[in-house]
Parts: sequence; structure tokens; C-alpha cells
Amino acid sequence: MMSYLNELLFGYYPYLAGAVFLLGSLVRFDRDQYTWRSGSSQLLRAKNMRLASNLFHVGILMLFVGHFIGLLTPPVVYHALGLSTSGKQLLAVAAGGIFGVMTLVGLGMLLHRRMTDPRIRANSSKSDVFILWLLLAQLILGLFTLPISLAHSDGSTMLLLAEWAQRIVTFRGGAADLVADVNILFKLHLFLGITIFLVFPFTRLVHIWSAPVWYMGRPYQVVRQRYAR
Amino acid sequence: MRIQAQIGMVLNLDKCIGCHTCSVTCKNVWTSREGMEYAWFNNVETKPGIGYPKEWENQDKRNGGWVRKANGKIVPRMGGKLRVLSNIFANPDLPEIDDYYEPFDFEYEHLHNAPEGKVQPVARPRSLISGERMDKIHWGPNWEEILGTEFSSRSRDKNFDGVEKAIYGQFAHTFMMYLPRLCEHCLNPACVASCPSGAIYKREEDGIVLIDQDKCRGWRMCVSACPYKKIYYNWQSGKSEKCIFCYPRMESGQPTVCSETCVGRIRYLGVLLYDADQIQKAASVASEQDLYRAQLEMFLDPFDPQVIRTAQEQGIPDSWLEAARQSPVYKMAMEWKVAFPLHPEYRTLPMVWYVPPLSPIQAAADSGKLGRNGEIPDVGSLRIPLKYLANMLTAGDEAPVKLALERMLAMRAFMRAREVEGELNTGVLEPVDLTIAEVEEMYRYMAIANYEDRFVIPTSHAEYTGDAYGLRSGCGFSFGNAGSPGVSEVSLFGGKRPTQRSIPVKFEGEK
Repeated sequence: MMSYLNELLFGYYPYLAGAVFLLGSLVRFDRDQYTWRSGSSQLLRAKNMRLASNLFHVGILMLFVGHFIGLLTPPVVYHALGLSTSGKQLLAVAAGGIFGVMTLVGLGMLLHRRMTDPRIRANSSKSDVFILWLLLAQLILGLFTLPISLAHSDGSTMLLLAEWAQRIVTFRGGAADLVADVNILFKLHLFLGITIFLVFPFTRLVHIWSAPVWYMGRPYQVVRQRYAR
Repeated sequence: MRIQAQIGMVLNLDKCIGCHTCSVTCKNVWTSREGMEYAWFNNVETKPGIGYPKEWENQDKRNGGWVRKANGKIVPRMGGKLRVLSNIFANPDLPEIDDYYEPFDFEYEHLHNAPEGKVQPVARPRSLISGERMDKIHWGPNWEEILGTEFSSRSRDKNFDGVEKAIYGQFAHTFMMYLPRLCEHCLNPACVASCPSGAIYKREEDGIVLIDQDKCRGWRMCVSACPYKKIYYNWQSGKSEKCIFCYPRMESGQPTVCSETCVGRIRYLGVLLYDADQIQKAASVASEQDLYRAQLEMFLDPFDPQVIRTAQEQGIPDSWLEAARQSPVYKMAMEWKVAFPLHPEYRTLPMVWYVPPLSPIQAAADSGKLGRNGEIPDVGSLRIPLKYLANMLTAGDEAPVKLALERMLAMRAFMRAREVEGELNTGVLEPVDLTIAEVEEMYRYMAIANYEDRFVIPTSHAEYTGDAYGLRSGCGFSFGNAGSPGVSEVSLFGGKRPTQRSIPVKFEGEK
């Protein structure tokens, strides 16, 4: 039974979530783009927004980049760059700790604001509240894995998790077996991480797709013709 | 020379009675929705006052518009692209809703449902944002109506810069005027420049600035970038919205709702031709006081054969060129020089212009002289300080505003002498450099102000509308997904796009 569950959650669930993530985003973008927005509530209450929102966003973006690079870089690549496995783990724990705490402070402030400020509370959708609690749970789980990682400095668990991620994204079998015996905290962290991808298209998280990096290369003024299509 | 046509507006403040019909009709048509209760695409302010939102004219505080750097280039005052992006998680220049006002409604239901009691039930206010009861309403739409609030608060009005404002707090020297405001549909809009998504754009055919509601992501940079604070963040939909210049009406040749319903007949709509290659240069002139003249220089003479030929070559329809020749806006801004841009110093090249208001003359004796000997009274003795109007309309340059006021006074004096006293008093016209024919035309447009003269709006052209056939019988304007074919070229779920019809027509002899 446990192995069945393990295979389901870490072998098949990632593909289910990934498919929903991509297709759901595409369909929402195409069919209901009017709902596609960041959902800012700064207009209603600006107090502490600069501190809270910047801490949260910068922190979580760095965590995302860290996970992306950390999980998907094959060992040969960082070994070639002169980084040992244990060194990489130390780097991951340090960076994850710093940005994790940063995110935790920002997220805590934002969550407090969302739950207690009457203006914000009244104008929060269920998904707005849900996604913040989900991120908080995921963040706390992630922070709790840090001491476990430090307990074995050889980076063996990190290697297993990275190999799992690389097998998943490259469609190679046997991924779930790799993480069958890791600590339950890692498993929960993986599960919630996959779940975030699953719910992504149905929440305000879609604004991440729209990070306006193209703005830098655009002329200031935009002129359109009517019905240019 | 790249000729573009834009429909501009002039508001004759001399005739504004501050009735708010424009604001109310606009609100009923466009912003009576949740999330937009606080937003007024058109509002009327009593000046002097800090306005709506509070102190919108104080760009040291609000950071709207453009600023000229030492190297002669202009950048949005709130910062260049990198700074805009770095502030995307929390915009430090964004006004809070309390800077506009917290929208509220009254508990009218309570008047019906209150149990029998010793006192009459009252309808108390509730916030439309939180739903909580409000003990006291601190600010509302048009809070400063007819010099509401104390002078010390109102006198934070930025237009008092360089005016000895202390004496205007005294009852004997009080003055006031109305300022109806809407989106300026600028030639160099700061909102467009600051939109990270590229969702805001200026329409090439008529110059109307619009926000693509599908493409807006709610980064809310436009709200702070606009120096007129005429972009509103809809806190319900998470998208920014603004005055759309009633484009569905304009396209069919009707004036905007605010203009149509103006009981004072103060609003004028007409086509202006301008050289789009000059925008950057005009917006970047060194002295703020030169911006008004620089913008005038961009406008092209619609009677000039060279301009007409070039415009035709560049695809501007003849009906638009004819409308440009009939344009009341051109006449007031260019021919008589009585209309001015609102705060040209913001460098956005605004396209809603204002005729400054006349006001009672301080000394009664002076007013008695007028018309008898043909002298025009000193406009410096008008109740509204010239400097105040100049700060509002010409970045503080008094000369053009003075001439405009003198021309309006001369028009009155001339027409009164002719119609009431039966004298042809050309003496009043010479100092202000007007001919009888010009004064008669000014009188026709500014005093009589017939509907046909105020609104010269060319209808939209078949060439512009492209595939309008597909839009026929559609479900029209709607938010969200109602009848939407989706945004991608190929329908995601198969089938043809409902708004693009192609009828396979074959002609004789075609294969």
C-alpha cells in the first residue's frame, strides 16, 4: 500500500499536476484573460505594503530560482564548476535559510493583513486566502527540512531529490522509488510543491507568467490601430 | 511629417456653473459598478482646492508626469523603466483609496425595517469596501464643493505657488471657479509609458487613450504615472480603468456623454491635426513655460494645401480633414488663442483644453467704465488672480492668459455696444488684435454655442473598422468571457472565430 501511494504521489501526481498547470494556464489565458491579473490590494491599504510585499516577492522568487537551479542541475555540471556535493548542500541550506526567513517574514505580514484588515478581508476570495496558507505551510515545511539536511552533510538526500526531479522532467521511470525512503518532511514538501503547480491556473498565481520583463525593451509609447487583427 | 488626427476637447470655464451633470451622467453610464464607486472618469472641482484625489497637482508628492533630465531627455517623474519594474511589488507613489475617499452607502433598508422605537430611524453610512459601519465620513466626492473645508486646507492648492495667498483667505477677497476634469488623452501620455504590460495604448485614428482590459495585469503603475490622476484601479476586478472618451459614441459621430449633457454648453469637441514626429521635441523643450507654445507649433493648419495633400497621402479620410477645418477646438486653441492646456508643465501634451474664466472686477468703478468709453478693464483687477490661472494653464506664464481674458472682455464690450447701444465700438478690438469678423465668430461659438458648432465629430470610417461585418449582431460590450472567441488566432476548441466572418465570394471568371 505504501509503495502504491508513493508511486502515485511522486511518480504520477507530478505529471497530472504538470498537465493541469500548463493546459489550465493556456485555457484561462485564452478564454478568460480578463481574470488574469496580479490582484493587488495596495490601493485599499498601503500600510506596511512596501516592506511586506517586497520581502515576500524577492524572497520567494529567489527560493524558486534556487530550487529550479538546485534541483535540475546535474552533478557533473556543478562538479565541473568546482562545487562539491556537500558544498552545494551547504550553499542550498544557507541560501534557502536566508531567503526562507525573508519570505516567512513577508508572508507572515501579508497573511496577517489579509486575515485581519477589514477592507482586505472583505475583498479576499477563497483562493486568495487558500494560496497564502498553502505557501505558508510549504515554506514552514521547507524551513524544517534544513536541520535534517545539516544532520547529514554528505548531501545524499539532496542528490536523491535532485535525481527525482531530473527523472520527472526528462520522463525517465523509477523516480518515485528514489524518494521512497527520504524523511516524511521532504515528502510532504514535495507533495505540497506539486500541489502548488496543480492549483496554479485557478488562483492569482497566474500573474507569475506575466512578469513584464519585455517592458525593458519596449519604446515608451504604444500606438494601436483599431481592429489591427 | 507624420500627420495624425485627434479629437480634442475644449471646456469654456467662463460658462461652467458647477452643476456636476457631466460627472453624474458619466458615472451612470460608465462607473456605477463594484470596485469603481470611488472613481469618477469626469469630476468637477471647486478651485481653489486640493482636488480629487487630494493634492493631485502636487507632483513633488504624487510623482506624476514627465521630468526633463539634464541631458534634455524626458523620463517619467516616478522613474525610468528599471525603477518602475523594481517598484512593481509595491508602488511607493500609489495613492491610497482614502486619498480619493472611502466609498459608502447608507442603510436605507433600516428605514423600512427598524422596529418601533422612541426615535425616528436614520440611515447610517456603511463602507462599500469593508461593509463596516462608518462613524464619520471624512471625505467624499466633491468634498470642497463651493469652497467647502477651511481655507488652510484648500490653500494647499498648488496653483497658489507664487501668489500671495494669505489675503485670499479673507472673506472680502475670496474667489472661486469650477474645474471639470477628465482624461486629457495626451499626445505624450505618461500612463502609456509606465505600463509594464503594454496594455495602455493611444489609438492611431482618433488619439483616444485606452486600456486593454484583457492585457492589463494590475501592476498599477499608470495610476501614479498619470499627473492628472485620471486612471483608477478597480479594486474589484484588479484592472485599471480610465475615461474612454465615450469612444462607442464618438465612432458614430455623437459627442461624449459629459459633453452631450452639459447644461452650460461649455464643452467643445473637434479634430486637430498634428505632426507626430514633433511629439518628442515638443515635450522636451527646456523651459516649462515654452511647453504651451511648443504644443501649439505641433498643430497643423487644416487649410494649408500642403498639409491637406500630405494628410490624404497618409490615409486620413477627407471627412476628417473637413472636420478639422470646421473644428471649434482649432478655432479656440489656434485662431483666437483663448483655450489652454491644463498644466502643460507635466509634459504630457494634454488634449483637453480650457478657456480661463472671467470673474467680477474688484472695483465697481472700473466695471462702470466698461462699454462707455470702450476701455477694457485691467484683467489684473479680476477677482481670480491672473497668476493663479496662469499656474493652472500655462505653467505660470501670464501673458497668454491675459490676452485671452482681454479678448473675451473685448468680445463682450463690442457685442454689448452693438446690440444694446447700437454703436460699432471697434476701439475695443484694436488693442487685442481682433477683427469684427473674428469677434462675430467668437460670439457665435462661445456665447451662442449651438450644438452643431460645439460638436464637429467625423464618424468612424469603413477603412478603420476592418472586419466590422463580423461584429454585427454580436453581443456588444461585455467584460469577461461572454461570447468571447478567445484571444489566440486559432480558436482553442475548434470552430471559426465568431467575430471574423469570411464569406466565400467568387467572381465571374475566377477559379
